[in-house]
Order: sequence, then C-alpha cells, then structure tokens
Amino acid sequence: MLQIRLHGRGGQGVVTAAEMLSLAAFEQGRHAQAFPSFGSERTGAPVVAFCRISDEPIRLREPVLQPDVLIVQDPTLLHQVDVFQGLKEDGYVLINSKRGFEELGVGEVSRRFRPGYLATVPATEIAMRHLGRPLPNAVLLGGLAALSGLVTLAAVQHAIRHTFSGKVAAANEAAAAEAFDFVTRELQELKAC
Amino acid sequence: MGTQPLKFYQTGTFTVGNRLLAPEQRSVQASVDRSNSLNSGHRACQGCGEALGARYAVDAAMRVTDRRVIAANATGCLEVFSTPYPETSWQLPWIHSLFGNAAAVGTGIAAALKVKGRRDVRVIAQGGDGGTTDIGFGCLSGMFERNDDVLYICYDNEAYMNTGVQRSSATPAAARTATTMAVGAEPGATFGQGKNLPLIAMAHEIPYVATATVADLRDLEAKVEKAMTLRGARYLHVLVPCPLGWGAASNDTIRLARLARETGIFPVFEAERGEVTAVTKIRHHLPVQEYLKPQKRFAHLFGDPGRPEVVARIQLDADRNIRRFGLLDEVEA
Amino acid sequence: MLKQIEGSRAVAEAVALCRPEVICAYPISPQTHIVEGLGELVKSGQLTPCEFVNVESEFAAMSVAIGASAAGARSYTATASQGLLFMAEAVYNASGLGLPIVMTVANRAIGAPINIWNDHSDSMSQRDCGWLQLFAETNQEAADLHLQAFRLGEELSMPVMVCMDGFILTHAVERVDIPAQAEVDAFLPPYEPRQVLDPDEPVSIGAMVGPEAFMEVRYLAHAKQTMALERIPVIAQEFEERFGRASGGLVRPYRCEDAETIVVALGSVLGTIKDTVDDMRAAGIRIGVLGIQSYRPFPLAAVRAALQEARRVVVLEKSFSVGLGGIVSTDVRLALSGIQLQGYTVIAGLGGRAITKASLARTFADAIAGQLQPLTFMDLDWRIVNRQLERERQTRRSGPIAENLLRDVGTVAAKVH
Repeated sequence: MLQIRLHGRGGQGVVTAAEMLSLAAFEQGRHAQAFPSFGSERTGAPVVAFCRISDEPIRLREPVLQPDVLIVQDPTLLHQVDVFQGLKEDGYVLINSKRGFEELGVGEVSRRFRPGYLATVPATEIAMRHLGRPLPNAVLLGGLAALSGLVTLAAVQHAIRHTFSGKVAAANEAAAAEAFDFVTRELQELKAC
Repeated sequence: MGTQPLKFYQTGTFTVGNRLLAPEQRSVQASVDRSNSLNSGHRACQGCGEALGARYAVDAAMRVTDRRVIAANATGCLEVFSTPYPETSWQLPWIHSLFGNAAAVGTGIAAALKVKGRRDVRVIAQGGDGGTTDIGFGCLSGMFERNDDVLYICYDNEAYMNTGVQRSSATPAAARTATTMAVGAEPGATFGQGKNLPLIAMAHEIPYVATATVADLRDLEAKVEKAMTLRGARYLHVLVPCPLGWGAASNDTIRLARLARETGIFPVFEAERGEVTAVTKIRHHLPVQEYLKPQKRFAHLFGDPGRPEVVARIQLDADRNIRRFGLLDEVEA
Repeated sequence: MLKQIEGSRAVAEAVALCRPEVICAYPISPQTHIVEGLGELVKSGQLTPCEFVNVESEFAAMSVAIGASAAGARSYTATASQGLLFMAEAVYNASGLGLPIVMTVANRAIGAPINIWNDHSDSMSQRDCGWLQLFAETNQEAADLHLQAFRLGEELSMPVMVCMDGFILTHAVERVDIPAQAEVDAFLPPYEPRQVLDPDEPVSIGAMVGPEAFMEVRYLAHAKQTMALERIPVIAQEFEERFGRASGGLVRPYRCEDAETIVVALGSVLGTIKDTVDDMRAAGIRIGVLGIQSYRPFPLAAVRAALQEARRVVVLEKSFSVGLGGIVSTDVRLALSGIQLQGYTVIAGLGGRAITKASLARTFADAIAGQLQPLTFMDLDWRIVNRQLERERQTRRSGPIAENLLRDVGTVAAKVH
C-alpha cells in the first residue's frame, strides 16, 4: 500500500489534490482512499490531506504517519510544521517552489532521503501561466507522476477532467503536463551530474 | 465672516473625517487607546467583513462603558476564527454559547449582573445571520419581549458561512449558496422567502433598533454608543460582506457594503419603540447591477444570456426599500 | 456503477435513488455535503418529485420530517452532534408516533467543549429513544444501509438512524458502487403508510395517553425493535442477493472462529482494527474482531454467540458514560450475562483523536498480557490531566478547564496529526 501525505494551507486545494490523486489511482484500476485533516472553514490555516493507494481494498483509517510520498504545496509550512515527520527513507518528496532544497533551508533534512527521489517544481508559477490563478494542486500531481511513476500523467489528466470542466480542466491538464516535463528534466540533470 | 457648514463624507479613508473633527467626534478606531477587543492574530479570512464589524462595534461599546462589557457569542465564523485553540483574540470577558441561544445566554448574564447590583457592567450578545434569524430566532424574540438589558448585534453575511455557505433566511433572492445552487429553472435562492429581522425587532417595540454596514465606521460606532446609553432590549443589524461566500475580491468588502446602501438593497436606519427615527440617505443612487456584478454568487444573472428579468426583480425590491424608508431626497427620487 | 466519490456524495446519491419525497436540510458539519448534494439534485430537476426544504434549525428539520411522513411522504434528513440534541424532543416524537423517517447521523462529538470531529456521543445520546440505529463501517456500507433503512423502517413503521463517522467517512473519497435506479426500485417499493393524514379517511395522530395505556404503547415500540432483530438479517440477506455484496446485518465477525481475544467495535475503526488483527494473527496471536452493525436493536443473542468461546473481550468504543465507563461495553456485558470471561473497556477516539494501529496493537497486547485496566482511555495525555487537577487543588479560581488544557497542549496547527 502506498501512502501519500499532502501539506498546504486552506484555500490552496490540498484536499482536492488528494482526491484527484485517488481518482487517478481509480482510473488505473486501483483502490484508493483520500481524506483530509482540518478544522472549520478557514482560508490560510495549515491543512493536511492523505491518500492511500493499493491493489487491495483499503481498511486502514488512521492518518498517514509514515508516508511513502510527501507533497508540500506551500513552502512557508516547511519551518512551521514538521512535514517530513515519518517519511520513509526511500520516500519521495515534491515541494512547490522555484527554489531548491538548500535555498528553502531544508537541505540538511533532505539529505536523510535518496537523491533522485526529491524534487521541487515551481507549480504556482506554472499555474499562473496556464490558469491565471495561483492554484498549484493539479500541477503538482503532474510533477508527482514524473518523480515517482506511481501514477501516470494520463491518469492525472483524467482525474483533472473529472474534477474541473471546460477551459479550467484543459488549462490544468496543460499545466500538469508542463510540471511533468519540468520534473523529468530536473531528474535527468540530477543523474547527469 | 459667516460660517458655512460642510458635510464630510467618508470615501476611501477615514483621515479627512478624523483630522478635521474635534477629538470627541473622531472614531474610536482613530484612538491609540482603543480596546482592540478583537485583537490581531485571529484567523479570519482576508477581507472578512465580520472581523471588521465586530472590532468596530465592540470597541465602541468598550469605550462608552469604560471597558465594562461581557459578550456572549453564538457558534459561527466569528466564534471560530476568534478563538482558534489554544488562543483567544478577545480582550473582554467572553463566552461561547451554543448556536441558537446567544440571546438567552446574554439574558442570563444580564440577570446575574442585576442581582449582584452591577449596573455598570453591560451585556452584548452577538452572532451571524444563521444564529440570529434562524436557529436563534426564538431566544431572540424572547429577549426582545422581556425587554432584557442586552444589546444583540447580528453580523449579517447572508448565509451559513462557517459550515460552507449554505442558505439562511437572510440569504437574498437569487443568490447562489451550497443549498440554493445556480441550477434549474430558478437558480439561486427563491424569491418571496427570507426575513427582515430589523423590522421584526421593531415589531417587538424595543427601545432601539438600527442597521449599519462596515462601510460607515463612524455611523456604526455612533449607533453602538447610542445603544449603550439606553437600557432594555436593543438590536443592531450590521451588513458584513464575506469575500469567500459572496465570491467577491477580498479588497472589495467595504466597497460592496457601501454599494448595498447606495443601491437601496440595504436600508440604513434607526428606530425606537417600533418607529423609524432616522434614515441614512443614499448619496449617489446606483442601479443594483453595480452591487451584484462584483459578486460571483450572482454571476448566473449576468453573461450570455444572463437573467435580466431576475435583476429587474431585485431592482424592484431595492426601489421598494427606497420608497418605504425614504432613502432618497425628493429631488433624486 | 463503481465511482470514486466522497462518502457524503455516495450517501446523497443512494438516498436520491430511494425516491425521497421530502428532504429537510439544516447545515451542520460534517453532514453538509450530503444535504447539499441532495439539494442540487432536486434543484436541477434530477430528483423529482421531491420537496427540498431549507429549515431554520434541526428542531424544525425533524418537525418538518414528522409532518411530511405523517402526511404519507417518504422523508429524510441528516444531522450530527449538537443538531441531534437540538431536535431531541422531536426525535422521541418521531419514534413514539412510529413514523418511518430515515436520518443520517454523521457522528460527531457533543460539546462543551465544542468539537466538530468524530466520536459516537451524539447517536449514543439517543440510543434509548426507539429509533433503529445502524452503523456503517465503510462508505459503501453507508450508502447501502440507507436503502435497507427505508425498507426496514417502512416495514416496521419505525424511524431509522444510519450512523457514519463524521469526516472519517463523510469526507473520505473512496470507491463506492452506486446501484442503478431499477435495482433500487426492485428492492424498495413505494411507501405504504400504516397511518396517514388523509381527508378521505381522517384520523387523529398524537393523542395523549395516560397510565391506562402508556405502558402498552411503549411495550409495542419495544416489540417492534425485537421484530427488527429478525427483519434486519433477512433484509441484509436479500440485499446481498440482489446487489452482490454483504452490507448491514446484525453483527459481522472477523477471524473470531478460534479467537481467544475478541475486540468489539462500531463504525469505521473496524477497518483499522482488522489490519491490526491481521498483523497479530501473522505473529501467531489468536485474536479476532466483532463489528456490530445494528446497535439498536442491540443483538444480544448474536453478540453472545460470537463472544462466548473467547477468553477475553475488549470493547473499543468512541463513547462513554461520564462517571461510569463504557456504553457499548455495558450492552456487551448484558449480552454475556452468566458467562465468565475477562472484559475490558477501552474508550478511544473521543472528539476525533486518531486511533492508530500502533496504539491498538499495544492495547490489545496489554489485554492479552493481563496488564490492561478494566477501564482505560486510550492515548490519554496524563501529563496535562494531572496538571489541571493540581491547578484546581491549588486555586479556587482556576479558570475554564478547556482553555487551561489547550495552553498546555500548545499550538496544534504545527502538528502533523
């Protein structure tokens, strides 16, 4: 079973991101469970969302304590919440930022994990260009597809079409594809050096 | 040399009004000694009208009572964002009641103060429209009819915002909410429903009823101060735009509140014992579109083809308010 | 049709398939998505004929449902926590009158302190009012139980609460098979009332009953719940035959056949317990879990049969009776009258406190090692509890309890869970 934990702030679509991830897994014929951890409606508060993916029916309901994948939608959380808590040694980390791990001040933490499993992607900037709004959630999933291969880009785009409609869906799909390419290149550069 | 009285209008800032006024006429917010009853650090959304209205209102009450106010607060956005565990933003004694009984809890506090001979300490009960016009209606009416010494302040953002924007009896006709979606033959909230709480309060013939908005700081403060000079049941209904729930830009809160007044959609007035005693006239009468267009909750009324007949109905209701309350001087009407 | 949807949405679609005629809605977290989904279906014309009434309080919601049901309409509403309490008088009224209303309770803690997260205190507070109470383990079961609830309630002329864990189930997106309208129609015929306000045959409903017949009227409610004990498994069986999956029923044992230790629980926590049980079984420990699907009527015989061979029973519940102990465990104890075995009450998950496999494993291991107290509060932070007790010993004006504790807990937003 794969366990994914997403961190962000209320209003950034973190919960939707987890749901889209579960939709992508469903599209690939797998069982998936997505659920949030949050309080009453409030923009800006830290929000955590979880997703589990498995080929068997999922019975477990506890929060994801030992994620295989960590997605951080809002880098301002990096020094406010211990987002890396419980992350497996061979876990994947994807952070929404145009800066790298060192610049974000989490270089030391990141060295606990495997190179090639970690990436940053400027999802907000990509979203702004395609959507005109700073909503990086679907974009990040495109990056995740490239980083981990645990969901395919096609499945992510299917989930996007299921969640959004019309121009918004198309823009999100394009943005997710751009993030996919970005992360693919980032990983190739990493291998090269 | 003769003198000519000049009217000062608050438009974008308060500075004109404050600098050129005598100190005792300046707004409470202009003073460095203001209580900041709802202190900074609360978790309201960007542009929250309720946070603004509550701070204005309670600070004004604190000034006029020498900081001797106890507040009872219904469940809702204000209660939730002002007391995010483990903190509180309130700088006065404050109790969270339940959803429907803020007025009754206020009554209880007032009774206790009375029996203990504390005439100097005053009571405010406050809540949103859901907690006031719907589930809190019974207790509110009870407080009114007994003439309990409580000032009830309703912060009206026209829906159950904290639970996700569901319709209340304060939701205006045609507005989209999560339980009155913009689908089907009559998208949005149904015409012919809803309550006018200020008028209902007036029907109880209580000492003081007033409406206000967050666009007129000094007016809101003056009404709170006026209310606090009186004893018995008093009711203040404040229009507080909610950017998230209304689908408006977070920097449009005050502008929308002003437009609500200027279009006649939200009449601003005072009443005592069931009779209107003062009315804030509309300065620049505007058609309702100006107010409706910046709000996504009305987006289905515009565009192609839009619903011009619905907009026309809303205009008729606004015109009725103008006639009913005399919101325009004869010349402009 | 298989869908990957939110639990609330699954319930809304399932309820819509049951062709409700009157739906009343009052918002309260965490059920709002259910009534919103239904509201949209009505407003867009997909669910018709149906009256969707936005009411002014939960008391109004149940009252509207009572009026609608008494006039012959299939009625539905949903609530949780404070809302359930606000309508308590009407809840008793509905069962007293024998009106087959179906209500979803999105289980949530009752305040004070105000808490929007999951536990079972709300439905437990109404366990004696005469409503049937069915608990869902998964969102699939939550959807399915609504179909069975309308069928069961209308057969017996009793109202039914379908209980599903707030947020944990309502806000979880997972795979649910939503049946087709034709399948549901074949399972659930139109509502045929036993009593109805009808000008052609006027009756008076809601008479005052004095000492001369009150006991008999109330006994009949009891008798109906006893009948329900027989109908529930039959309806669940028919459901399985028609829809191809097991949902509902009275109890559901898992790996209990040769178990020395059996855990008893209600609702979604059963999933986490099953994973824990599998791990322990793999290590050679003979442990199983009994899920109770029908909490009211409480299946005394079925529970006894499932537990009587075990050496120890651990009742894990998200509810408690203040000053006394467990609520579910008290009922289980009744079922086990006269049977000697070790019983433990573990109160867990109150107010949404996460129940983890690790904590469960530790608790069950302690029970097996004979190291568990008869009554425990799982994962209790004794440090902050003792600090508060000390505070109260030292000063009279020790201040509001909740606020004191929260100051000791520190900033929650910085935590991951």
